[in-house]
Amino acid sequence: MQQNKRKLNKGNLHQVKHVVLVLSGKGGVGKSTITTELALALIHAGKKVGILDVDLCGPSIPRMLRVGKPEVHQCDAGWVPVYADPQQQLAIMSIGFLLEDSDEAVIWRGPKKTALIGQFVSDVAWGELDVLLVDTPPGTSDEHLAVLENLRKHRVDGAVLVTTPQAVSTGDVRREITFCKKTAVKILGIVENMSGFVCPHCSECSNIFSKGGGEELAKLTGSVFLGSVPLDPLLAASLEEGQDFLQAFPDSSTYTAISQIANTLLSSLDA
Amino acid sequence: MADVPSDAPEHCPGTSSDQAGKSSACQGCPNQNICASGAAKAPDPGIHAYISIWLLKLVSSVALLDVDICGPSIPKIMGLEGEQVHQSGSGWSPVYVEDNLAVMSIGFLLSSPDDAVIWRGPKKNGMIKQFLRDVDWGEVDYLIVDTPPGTSDEHLSIVQYLSGAGIDGAVIITTPQEVSLQDVRKEIRFCKKVKIPIIGVIENMSGFVCPKCKNTSQIFPPTTGGAQRMCEELNLPLLGSVPLDPRIGRSCDEGKSFLTEVPDSPAAVAYQNIVQSKSSKPQQASLY
Repeated sequence: MQQNKRKLNKGNLHQVKHVVLVLSGKGGVGKSTITTELALALIHAGKKVGILDVDLCGPSIPRMLRVGKPEVHQCDAGWVPVYADPQQQLAIMSIGFLLEDSDEAVIWRGPKKTALIGQFVSDVAWGELDVLLVDTPPGTSDEHLAVLENLRKHRVDGAVLVTTPQAVSTGDVRREITFCKKTAVKILGIVENMSGFVCPHCSECSNIFSKGGGEELAKLTGSVFLGSVPLDPLLAASLEEGQDFLQAFPDSSTYTAISQIANTLLSSLDA
Repeated sequence: MADVPSDAPEHCPGTSSDQAGKSSACQGCPNQNICASGAAKAPDPGIHAYISIWLLKLVSSVALLDVDICGPSIPKIMGLEGEQVHQSGSGWSPVYVEDNLAVMSIGFLLSSPDDAVIWRGPKKNGMIKQFLRDVDWGEVDYLIVDTPPGTSDEHLSIVQYLSGAGIDGAVIITTPQEVSLQDVRKEIRFCKKVKIPIIGVIENMSGFVCPKCKNTSQIFPPTTGGAQRMCEELNLPLLGSVPLDPRIGRSCDEGKSFLTEVPDSPAAVAYQNIVQSKSSKPQQASLY
């Protein structure tokens, strides 16, 4: 029985082709937004995707994908992920599903967070996935170390780093780059989020969170610049409502930006 | 004795005394410090810096403690990058922006901007304890603590280590979006659990006025009523709303004081109103 369980545990990531971490130094730069949009873009490209949300204190993924609070079931192989769509193209696991009250605070110190993340990584029956995206909280601490330690048996393709154009944000992403170097995680590229706002009334573009920081950072550190995503109230509203932005607004420049980033990412994963 | 506030406890040593904040008489003094916490799902980390700067117009001295151990932004925002912390017989000296605005952050202890602090909880807690125990803050009217997002080690430690001295309360920061409010409600629950009064909520990034056509856009739409509705539901004071202003980001990046550079910006005015209302009503923190 024990042997079978071990075999099954090994199998939970066995059919996951690629694992990508989404990191940022700073909070509020849009990691969960980018994770969600990348997942949706990959699905529209015909891929099977999973999202592992290890932001235990601030799990945003369930709302962004409008999956509500379904029960999480167990099977022989472990926990069954929650599917965002009837075709089961998008599988999700988040602590958000395990909280009875969504306003309940998860006030845990490092060791407890580490233990749950260990379970999330090993005990979720992901099945066959092309890409597993791991949405992390900001920083370089327990959650990040826990994810990497538990993924050691399985390959991690690399990390996508999210920043805003501001130096205050890129400053923290430099630290994330150091983290990746120290933990031997390949940097798949940098995404600059909140990159300019085009006024819907007069089309003037305002660089609300400064300009160019993401691209400069990529040059400075020799990383790939995956692209920039503009500030878009329609994107923000879609995420609030758990709507598929890419399906709803395929003509927007934001759609183009996200699709290009997803395609570049896919090419580097399949290379 | 001069400068004993009217709401101070008996035997208050006076806010400018050497014993201010340290004597046992200071337990629970509402003028000792304010703990500013925030669910910073908001990429503008300048709020605590600006609150500190504005407070200085009203009180004698302010200290700003940055306990975002993995992502210390305060040195950059305050124009203090590259500054170092010195040790003396009385402890670590904080870095002074002005004579009466002291700052401490792990950022000052890192030798390079690429240095990552890859620490688990216990080590972060140890650093925070040192900040509180070993820094020679001197006489301070307000201690503002900038925390990272979440409800974890840093937050628990700050509450634990400051429990003897007393925390006046927490200021909660959010954007208008539900994804931010969702996290901020957890912060509010945290405060309730550890019995920190909530001074109020600030809604940041609340609308953007186009510099060309002057129309307002809600870039982060308040789909569930924003901070206002949440405050109504939870019976908390809404201290104010700060609009988006590209000049804030620029000032943060350049380490300049936005409030000095662009004092007539609606955002600067918003800060002024928030600080003035907050500092005049410390006893009105909500304890539910």
